[in-house]
Amino acid sequence: MTIITQHTNRLRDRLDGVPTWARALGMLLVVAFAFYLPYLNILPFAYIRTDLSATGTDWASVLFLVVVYMIVAVGLNVVIGLAGLLDLGYVGFYALGAYSVALFGSTSSPVVEAIQSKFGLSEEWAVPFAICVPIAIAMALIAGVILGAPTLRLRGDYLAIVTMGFGEIIRICARNLDNVTNGAAGITNVPVPPGPEIDGRPFFNVSEPERWYWLALVVLIIIIWLARRLENSRVGRAWLAIREDEDAAAIMGVAAFKYKLWAFAIGASLGGMAGLLFGSKQQYVEPNGFMLNLSFLFVAMVVIGGSGNILGVLIGAFLLTYLPERFREFQEWRPFAFGVALVAVMILRPQGLVPSRRRAREFADRKVEAEEAAADA
Amino acid sequence: MPDDDKVTATAADKATETTVAPDTSDHDLLSMDVGQEGETLLEIDHVTLRFGGVVALNDVDFSIKRGEILGLIGPNGAGKTTCFNVMTGVYTPTSGEVRFNGKAISGSKPHKINQLGIARTFQNIRLFPEMSALENVMVGCDARHKTSVLGALFRAYRIRPEEHQLPENPLRRSFAKVFGISRHTLEERGGRERSMELLKFVGIADRAHELSRNLPYGYQRRLEIARALATEPQLLCLDEPAAGFNPAEKEDLMDLIRRIRDLGHTVLVIEHDMKLVLGVTDRIVVLEFGQKIAEGTPEEVARNPKVIAAYLGEPDDAA
Repeated sequence: MTIITQHTNRLRDRLDGVPTWARALGMLLVVAFAFYLPYLNILPFAYIRTDLSATGTDWASVLFLVVVYMIVAVGLNVVIGLAGLLDLGYVGFYALGAYSVALFGSTSSPVVEAIQSKFGLSEEWAVPFAICVPIAIAMALIAGVILGAPTLRLRGDYLAIVTMGFGEIIRICARNLDNVTNGAAGITNVPVPPGPEIDGRPFFNVSEPERWYWLALVVLIIIIWLARRLENSRVGRAWLAIREDEDAAAIMGVAAFKYKLWAFAIGASLGGMAGLLFGSKQQYVEPNGFMLNLSFLFVAMVVIGGSGNILGVLIGAFLLTYLPERFREFQEWRPFAFGVALVAVMILRPQGLVPSRRRAREFADRKVEAEEAAADA
Repeated sequence: MPDDDKVTATAADKATETTVAPDTSDHDLLSMDVGQEGETLLEIDHVTLRFGGVVALNDVDFSIKRGEILGLIGPNGAGKTTCFNVMTGVYTPTSGEVRFNGKAISGSKPHKINQLGIARTFQNIRLFPEMSALENVMVGCDARHKTSVLGALFRAYRIRPEEHQLPENPLRRSFAKVFGISRHTLEERGGRERSMELLKFVGIADRAHELSRNLPYGYQRRLEIARALATEPQLLCLDEPAAGFNPAEKEDLMDLIRRIRDLGHTVLVIEHDMKLVLGVTDRIVVLEFGQKIAEGTPEEVARNPKVIAAYLGEPDDAA
């Protein structure tokens, strides 16, 4: 295990020495390859495709889901990895994003029907997609603030329990508010992003998932860019200070509560963004799509990948989404494999597969302290 | 025993520690607007603090004047640190009031009190251990920065830069000329510069990029002072800054405290070490069992029989 750590550190130190232009070129190549992925058909690389066997899942759709979960992971990383707040109800924001676009953009949603009859609009009318996007993000953000304002005074486990309750509340509301959300039946006809019609079909349609994948990829890249800006600013520093010693940070003038609330709100709006993409591509949302175990999956992505490090959580999201799809043949083994993987990571590499340097050091220090304490006892 | 380990480690650190580098910092960047010297800066107005049946502070009443170095002394458990905690908003007094620049501050949030201009260090060092020394000080600098979360995210608030602020790279240079430079970037750069000056000022700039947890004990103490200074306090409160220092280091610290005052900060020092307190302060307040028993110049206090009794005990033939 120590060998792995040293190895990755050495690799990283060597990467640090690479000139800026070479790194930019490398990034460009990675991004170009990511865009090309849906068409990947050269052996032996094609073995990573998930649709090789007849029972496999469509490759581009899997890629789309991977990227949507990557957006989720980057958002949750702000909350867990940077601000150090354990949020176990993240699926609530994801659901809010998906439901917002469905409720306001679908012609068959009860909300839109109510608006139609009230203002005498035609049956075809619904809120345009371009307006649904800010609505969805705003709904998730407001939910984040409403949840955070009273609960962020709690610390540690208590916060985790309250947020877990929030995730369930959203799902149960979606299932039981029949005349708002159609209850368990869900909402169909969720709108898709606008685009030129090709062969009489909208640009974003069900049978061409690679377009959805590219759209999500663009959103992901923008979000990573913004998240890195936050990390390398006074905001990231404030989050770090709060994580290290909240009371000392407050006395040094860091408005701890404000920054924690911002972390929550930013995380929530990214969750809403991911939910919006998901709901729009499915063109159908239903409460069962947002079960609590999805929250745990999201947290696992961040923790296994390496909380606090964007590259780490991207890898975590990729592994936990892609591997189950690639090895569908062993579907009944999935929970078992998941459990074993979690335990293995917790024992062998508790800082995550690709942790931030700081987190890696924190874990190493804690381990030394624990060993010293054990030796003293 | 972990505590024993800490002590030996500290001694070892100290042995290898070199003497403090001379102050080479740029004072223009650090000096403060002094205001009217001699006017009252902070008033502790008959403050009483009770925890259940325990009276931690009993009707304590004194004030600090702008530009002075005030010592707050007293035996263990006299309520010195509690007094600090009341001033910095950790505790709200049961009765009485704390006024800063004539404005009541008791009951305000700690970060608000910091913004008003009071900063402190801690008796048991509380740095951000996984951040570098420089980053620790930058957190302090951020207290005076105006960039908001959205400002850091979108960097849309642009400022027309002055000539010396323009970047070297010709492409970036012309971009900055047309679109200005974001307040975030300017503040980040300014904060870094000021932090570095502060590290030089306290004499630990040689290890600015090391994690604060790896710094030797004396460096950590001075780093705490630099971090507190970074928040541009009118009043700087030092909680036993010389704890664990040897005589040479204490000399350096006395000099540092005087230099801090010369920058325009008012300083309040809690200290056990009588020599240090008598040597550096202008005025001294003595607490015992949560009560003020004496106040005056160092000479007056040193002669005060109550103070001598508090520190040395009553002589047998006192009656």
